[in-house]
Amino acid sequence: MLEVHDAVVRYGAITALHGISFEVNQGEIVTLLGANGAGKTTTLRMLSGLHAPQSGQIMFEGQDVTTTKAHMFTSLGIGHVPEGRRIFPQMTVEENLEMGAFRRRGSYTEDIERMYETFPILKERRKQIGGNLSGGEQQMLAIGRALMGQPRLLLLDEPSMGLAPMIVDTIFRIIGEIRDSGTTVLLVEQNAAQALRLADRGYVMENGRIVFGDSASNLLTDARVRAVYLGENVES
Amino acid sequence: MKALWDNIWTRRLISSLAAMAILAVVTGPPGSNLTPLAGFTGSFAERVSFFGLFKGQRWMVFFVFALVMFAIWWTWVSYGEQIKGALSKTLAAPQAATRRRPVRWGIAIVLIVVAALLPHVVTDPFWQAAMVEQIGVFVLLALGLNVVVGFAGLLDLGFVAFYAVGAYATAWVTGALPLPFLFGGRLDTFWAIPFALALVMLAGILLGTPTLRLRGDYLAIVTLGFGEIVTIFLNNLNGITGGAAGSGKIPYFSLNVGVVKYHWGLGPVPYYYLTLGFVVLFLIVFSLLEHSRVGRAWTAIREDEVAAESVGINPLKYKVMAFAIGAASAGFAGVMTAGQSLYIFPATFTLQLSINILVLVIFGGMGSIMGVLIGAIVIQTASMYLIHTPPAGYQPADLYIYLGALLVVMMIFRPAGLVPSRRRRREIGLAESGEGHMNEVLTGDTP
Repeated sequence: MLEVHDAVVRYGAITALHGISFEVNQGEIVTLLGANGAGKTTTLRMLSGLHAPQSGQIMFEGQDVTTTKAHMFTSLGIGHVPEGRRIFPQMTVEENLEMGAFRRRGSYTEDIERMYETFPILKERRKQIGGNLSGGEQQMLAIGRALMGQPRLLLLDEPSMGLAPMIVDTIFRIIGEIRDSGTTVLLVEQNAAQALRLADRGYVMENGRIVFGDSASNLLTDARVRAVYLGENVES
Repeated sequence: MKALWDNIWTRRLISSLAAMAILAVVTGPPGSNLTPLAGFTGSFAERVSFFGLFKGQRWMVFFVFALVMFAIWWTWVSYGEQIKGALSKTLAAPQAATRRRPVRWGIAIVLIVVAALLPHVVTDPFWQAAMVEQIGVFVLLALGLNVVVGFAGLLDLGFVAFYAVGAYATAWVTGALPLPFLFGGRLDTFWAIPFALALVMLAGILLGTPTLRLRGDYLAIVTLGFGEIVTIFLNNLNGITGGAAGSGKIPYFSLNVGVVKYHWGLGPVPYYYLTLGFVVLFLIVFSLLEHSRVGRAWTAIREDEVAAESVGINPLKYKVMAFAIGAASAGFAGVMTAGQSLYIFPATFTLQLSINILVLVIFGGMGSIMGVLIGAIVIQTASMYLIHTPPAGYQPADLYIYLGALLVVMMIFRPAGLVPSRRRRREIGLAESGEGHMNEVLTGDTP
């Protein structure tokens, strides 16, 4: 569904991505793991058109989207939940969801109702403004807003960032439900253990390179991953 | 002594005295190079009549003012919450009523009728002219800038450029510029309107496309530069614009279409109705736009541009649209100025004027059409009043001191403007409580 071939991204003199290649197949959850500065967010910014790669190629459903502008990605079927949620702080919850359907023609009231079924807390808060929601509610709203664009591929950037463990559990359960309802998910996470338990496959990034990729269950038992990302002592 | 200073009311009393001392100096007589301190000594020692009650020195008057200010301050701090509560309780019913559509339409129609009857009530020629040249034109300019600053959140410090393009387009179409109009012909001033609107919108697109890729402060600086470039061009392109001497010879407004012949002539009243018609037109168009798909895109861009892109909004496209649409009403203001004063020159279109228009928008309430309308009328009427009947000691240059002071007071007590838009009030509330996007902009916390 999504294929990245040898993509290089530079910010001025600094090379953030040294030619990464990976793929995401229809119907799976793929997770990108890595420490701070490994290039995870840059990868997602590149995939949502916010920063075009200097070389390499990005293919989505057989179409070359390497130089496509950011605002065209929703129409292509790629939804992006940006890092730090970035909901519209002064719009109400309902207005935020409506903004998610900006590129759509015709009625979308049914979809808003479906979002309220998935996220009941948002229904309670529908007339409140986004900036007054808690972090977890904002994350749900950001995911709901991206889903309003009816994406076939959903890019999630650090959905667990700054949230209480219980809320993170809820968010991850919902990400699983999104996959089950037919939307492919690319998940960037620092919370490696939880991401790998949910994902089908994973890639590990270090210093702007993908160092290895495997099925999530293999990665969970991989000694290197356990040592570096799951904080376990290899000797024991 | 320290205990006295620690008492907040001592400090507030000193603040009141200091504020009134400044006001005394500002409103007092000017000094001169022979007696440089006369401005200060005269401000306090000069004898004045105290509202005709008794005669005294100025410092006594301002001392009483300071005590009054202190009393108001004390009342507000002690009983402010109760007053606010009582006010919001009594205002709740009327406010709910104005939210209903038929009531709103009723109010709008009453206001239009009042505006239409105004020139028959106000017959002083000074005020009749001021209603067109100073109030009507500035309402149009402020409404246009409100689209750019208030709706799309783009700080434009060169807005006067569009006003100038509108005025010069009128001169061009009517054959008053050294540059001949198409095929050497000339049109009635009325037909300058479509040409001027087309030209300013084109100018909006031309200025906007390269500059609107920038954000925040950078955009403000570049628009400032563009405003200056336009003025300098007008000043120096002698063969096209007539240079610093400007362009005269613009004919009065007239319309000749078959049997319909109308000449606006010399008096200000016909121009007033033309301006009023366009103000109403722009009010309707801008209100519809605010709640349209385009208006929602502007709001999204203003609140968070990255998020707006992520839901599929092309920021550049909608920002250029805001520029072009806002420019349209400024262009029409330019046509009115040219078609009524018949004489235009580059010295009118200064940075000072751009900032004046911005003050009207900020004072009225950014993003609130009703607020900007009221704000522009209030400020322009007040400054015209100061010109018409200047109080003792008032100098024309003082106007900006008062406008500046007014803005400072506004920012403290009503930061969202006179009639704030619902959304702006929320935005400022969020920024003050340290949440939301405004704070991110301030701390540079955006990637």
